Amino acid sequence: MSQPSVRNAVIIGGNRIPFARSNTAYVNASNQDMFTAALEGLVARFGLQGERLGAVAGGAVLKHSKDFNLVRESVLGSSLDPATPAYDVQMACATGMEAIGSLANKIKLGQIESGIGGGVDTTSDAPIAVSESLRGILLELSRARSTKAKLAALAKIRPSHLAPSAPGTGEPRTGLSMGDHQALTTKAWNITREAQDELALASHLNLAAAYDRGFFNDLLTPFKGLSRDNNLRADSTLEKLAKLKPAFGKNLGEAATMTAGNSTPLTDGASTVLLGSEDFAAAHDLPMLANFVDFEAAAVDFVHGAEGLLMAPAYATARLLERNNLSLQDFDFYEIHEAFAGTVLATLAAWEDEQFCREKLGLDAPLGAIDRGKLNVNGSSLAAGHPFAATGGRIIASTAKMLAEKGSGRALISVCAAGGQGVVAIVEARK
Amino acid sequence: MADKYMELVNTGMTKKLAKLLGLPRPPRLRRYGETTPLLPGPVLVLGSSARAQELSDTLVSWDLDVRRHDAGDAKLGGLVLLLDELTHPEQLSALMLAAGAALRQLVPGARVVSISRPALDTDAPALAAVRQGIDGAMRSLGREMRGGATANGILLNEGTDLLSPGTLGALRFFFSGRSAYVDGQFLTVRTTEGALPQDFRKPLAGKVAVVTGAARGIGASIARTLARDGAQLVVVDMPAAGEALAAVANQIGATTLQLDVTAKDAAQQIMDHAIGRHGSLDIVVHNAGITRDKLLANMDAARWDSVIAVNIASQLRMNEVFLAAKLPGLRVVSLASTSGIAGNRGQTNYAASKGGVIGMVRSSAKLFAEQGGSIAAVAPGFIETEMTAKIPLGTRTVARMVLPSLMQGGLPQDVAEAISFLGSDAAAGLNGQVLRVCGQSLVGA
Repeated sequence: MSQPSVRNAVIIGGNRIPFARSNTAYVNASNQDMFTAALEGLVARFGLQGERLGAVAGGAVLKHSKDFNLVRESVLGSSLDPATPAYDVQMACATGMEAIGSLANKIKLGQIESGIGGGVDTTSDAPIAVSESLRGILLELSRARSTKAKLAALAKIRPSHLAPSAPGTGEPRTGLSMGDHQALTTKAWNITREAQDELALASHLNLAAAYDRGFFNDLLTPFKGLSRDNNLRADSTLEKLAKLKPAFGKNLGEAATMTAGNSTPLTDGASTVLLGSEDFAAAHDLPMLANFVDFEAAAVDFVHGAEGLLMAPAYATARLLERNNLSLQDFDFYEIHEAFAGTVLATLAAWEDEQFCREKLGLDAPLGAIDRGKLNVNGSSLAAGHPFAATGGRIIASTAKMLAEKGSGRALISVCAAGGQGVVAIVEARK
Repeated sequence: MADKYMELVNTGMTKKLAKLLGLPRPPRLRRYGETTPLLPGPVLVLGSSARAQELSDTLVSWDLDVRRHDAGDAKLGGLVLLLDELTHPEQLSALMLAAGAALRQLVPGARVVSISRPALDTDAPALAAVRQGIDGAMRSLGREMRGGATANGILLNEGTDLLSPGTLGALRFFFSGRSAYVDGQFLTVRTTEGALPQDFRKPLAGKVAVVTGAARGIGASIARTLARDGAQLVVVDMPAAGEALAAVANQIGATTLQLDVTAKDAAQQIMDHAIGRHGSLDIVVHNAGITRDKLLANMDAARWDSVIAVNIASQLRMNEVFLAAKLPGLRVVSLASTSGIAGNRGQTNYAASKGGVIGMVRSSAKLFAEQGGSIAAVAPGFIETEMTAKIPLGTRTVARMVLPSLMQGGLPQDVAEAISFLGSDAAAGLNGQVLRVCGQSLVGA
């Protein structure tokens, strides 16, 4: 629509493995195992065995340094033609969005005919680093030539150096965890505990209903005995959610509203999306679910308190809408990644807020309210879980299928990310 | 396990010991490979009937060394008995005794195939007697064969003859390693329809085939075999079996369709996928099946109903949709079971479903024929799979070795080979057939 001079990038389909809470079903699976499994399911679904694709792009947020070529190694372990190029992308939780969006751009420009984008993450098989001081000693040891120098280096090691340094979800510049950051935003926008719990409940019920009607039959391939996301609680109730104690923002005392129920848990999983030109899809007799229209990234200064850590998508959306001459109400589906229920609700509140839209987004009028009946209609991350880099692929594939089922319409996808970033995208039904 | 035992009783010192103890020594079966010869030696054709010479010429064109009437003392890979013109039991003697004399010349893995006509209620008594007598004689001969050799028969309905595509297709099937675990069975050539493949190594070239329950076991083997024979595969299984299903698909260049066959729209989804993604739907193999064994006295509704729903009701519903869609030349092959023929303790529900499949196939033949298609079923006996590996060792050993003439369980490939044949155009004239792949097990004889 906004770029008449370029061709369409078509979403053909997707495949992911069920998402598993950290340290459960996928405790022995590496990022490469999971991404390869997701790729293999996609290859099988679309008969891509031996096919040379234009590119495979993806990544992981938590990555071993030995996995420098994670995606390429996964391709080599898959049934795709080994002549398929691949590269790693990393943009925190927006990794999948960025990978898929940039592939779509290459297709639109005619640089490639087809591509697979996605992401993977594990917090069960997370890389553990040695402490900085031990790392220094070990590097010194490796430089030492003489036995004496080697022994001297080894003698510097103290028991305290052996404490491993595991990656956390803390922001390097503030030391605050992502949840504690969101707790500040949640409070600033006066988001109530009840509203957050209601959103969490809807996520579980919507996801369970989607499974029950077979919605995921062609979006998911089981892995290691799991055939549904194991964070899903189909029997969740507001009463159960109301009993949970606050998990983040505890220093806010009475005002703490964020619990394990309305925040996403650490999750393992992988997702993939197959994109192509119309010619590619037609030549291979592949379905064309939807067009990947456009995407936009934004970043905010959360370090100095000017904005909440996870509010960047609110900004990205305003710019994306303007570029595409659309209003916030011109959508049939809104897929807003539920990092925390508070993130979604604060974003919605910001779009409705006259002052925010004027002062922060530079708009004459607020973007306005959305029809909540169109929000995350098949569940989102609160129910499915959130393996950081895999979330974008999960949402884009599901959204494309929703548009294909409806046969018309347009969807807005929003994913927030660490570092005060966010990526939003427009996906549209094929005419 | 079967392999281990077979190895022990057929090689070296342990072979001598096994002989001494009189242990059953299951033979190694001659199975099909794309480069293996059709028969392991020359074929002797006994008997005279119309077009016998043309049949011999055809066999020669298959690169077989053909001997007529007498092979001297040459080793033989096959024996064809032309019995279709006999009119009285007294006429059997000469040919059967000639065949008997040739039996000692058969090499391991040889094939004996009779060609005769089915006994009908309208036949004269002597005619019906000789025809039915051949049935008894051939099934008995099957039990006398050694070294993995088998004896099977082809029955020619009125209007068909030695050169009908169905006759030649069945003859090649029985000759080849594809029929390794088929013994003491008859295939009936009902019509002159059908066509032999251009390339015998790719009899399903250009066909799009759907196999349900393809994630593992017999279903996975069927998918691999159909793909080997040239078909483009769509593999179907329950969503929960998707990981194994994807692995099968990626081995054979198939596409996966995660689907519960009991879903109301299962047939529509199968057609949409096969036609949308591959251009047509030519072969459907109804393989998906479950067991929920219980003695009838202890049976509950959940066990009974789920077995009926998956094993037969789903097939009936899907076939209706396929027929209504008028898919030209669609060939359907269903999995029956010898339990559905002979019954099996603890399997009233399963046997009802599998007997149901046999009834459905026989009754549907006319409907599929109207659209140039066909339907058939394969009834496996004891097949070595993950499922049968759970049967207690003692029972399993008896089931696989003592009961069948071939003294062993079959492999999933044996079932798959029969399905591939019955789904091919060469088998069009065999519409409505139920073929047992059971090593001539006593069960259900």
